[in-house]
Amino acid sequence: MVIKHKNIFTTESAWSDADKVLLCLDTGGWRTERPVLDQSKCNYCGLCALYCPPQCMLDKGDHYEANLAYCKGCGICAHECPRGALTMVPEGEFADEG
Amino acid sequence: MKAKKGTIRVITGNAVGAYGAMLCRPEVIAAYPITPQSEIAEQLAQFRADGVLDAEFVEVEGENSAMNVVLAASVAGARVFTATSSYGLVFMYDALQEASGFRTPVVMVNANRETPGIHAVSAGQQDMISARDTGWVQIIVENDQEILDQIIMAYRLAEDYDIQLPVMVNYDGYYLSYLAEAVEIPQIEDVDAFLAPLKKQPPRPRLVPGVAKGCGTHGIEMGYVEARYKHWQALERVKNKADEIDKAFGDYFGRYYGGQIEEYRTGDADIVVVASGSATGTARTVIDAKREQGIKVGLIKMRLFRPFPAEKLIEALKGKKAVGVIDRSVCFGWKYGPICTELMALSPKLETVPILSYIDGLANLDINVPHIGRVVDEVYAAARGKPYQEVTWIPMEEER
Repeated sequence: MVIKHKNIFTTESAWSDADKVLLCLDTGGWRTERPVLDQSKCNYCGLCALYCPPQCMLDKGDHYEANLAYCKGCGICAHECPRGALTMVPEGEFADEG
Repeated sequence: MKAKKGTIRVITGNAVGAYGAMLCRPEVIAAYPITPQSEIAEQLAQFRADGVLDAEFVEVEGENSAMNVVLAASVAGARVFTATSSYGLVFMYDALQEASGFRTPVVMVNANRETPGIHAVSAGQQDMISARDTGWVQIIVENDQEILDQIIMAYRLAEDYDIQLPVMVNYDGYYLSYLAEAVEIPQIEDVDAFLAPLKKQPPRPRLVPGVAKGCGTHGIEMGYVEARYKHWQALERVKNKADEIDKAFGDYFGRYYGGQIEEYRTGDADIVVVASGSATGTARTVIDAKREQGIKVGLIKMRLFRPFPAEKLIEALKGKKAVGVIDRSVCFGWKYGPICTELMALSPKLETVPILSYIDGLANLDINVPHIGRVVDEVYAAARGKPYQEVTWIPMEEER
């Protein structure tokens, strides 16, 4: 048997430093829709950031924006926004991958 | 070197299990009571109350938690112990696989008992057989002394840097759990010395407060493949390692068990009986009697069940004319007993045909002298070309 695979883990078990191998997954790749902000409705209350499960809302000073590298598109931010400033838009409508 | 001497005591298999664990100085113990194992946990708690065991006891609400507690403690670097049986083992099913997947050197005693489906508070190996694909090392022992010795050897095996796998020491519930036999209990200092080589190894990875580490392969497909490949390799390494540890143990304490398998009078034998657990004591008596009658028969006692000692069996069965395999459990979906089915997987590499499968000893029924005598006679006849029955449920062919 010829093994061509280069080991990912240095240990027998699948251990890794959390900052190197495991937790740097771009979970944004799992997203089917993304939150889009209507800034005219946003009053910077921060509830979207509070409720965001992966805590990927970025503080932009006067509003919040999802970090699309990690946003899985769950829509909780849009659901929780009291002013309806966030809308979930299908990924197919965007040329970029976020 | 002169073998280290211990103290002889007449105690039950369960008490022996507790002594075996105590002598290895586990740091965290979690277990939930279940017949016929409960006495082990009770005795360990007594050791702790008496001040001879310095271990953290975690009271859990069930076996699933017991396994999760010890595997977590093991991940944090502790030496751990637990014991269970039957329904308890089944209730650990997911945690068993976490323990082996995390490559934690958990040592667990399983007092073999029949398993869910139809309630049976009685002996049988169905519990361990049903856990065979959990990635654990599974060893079956024959008597009280072997329980104690195998637990000590289990720590040497599990915590070996080349292995890092959980080990399940199995013995027949009822037959051994409540059977008091004379057992030589080694001095704890001698057990310390026997386990000392483990301290010279590189440290295995463990969780430490303040250091962000993860164990798992979520989303990293090749990581999963790699982890499984390493696990598979480690199980292959267990075979030789079990032989080495058995030799080291024998050299130190004066008791050898043969490692992966024990062969009894197989050298010049024409036919062989394969059995495991407490019934092998009875089998030896039958082998001796049949030898007196001129039948050249030997016994292979299966010690290692996972990994399956394929190479050893091929070697031991070379040139034999027929084999009878006695299983104390059922292989659902296969005609033959579980150990027999696995032995048959070696058929292309064995010259030995025929292989006769026997199901016996379910639900506390004895695998007794007449039963094993019948096995020998039928295997002997099959070796001489007589027609034979492929599978025999021995108790079903008896009037009661």
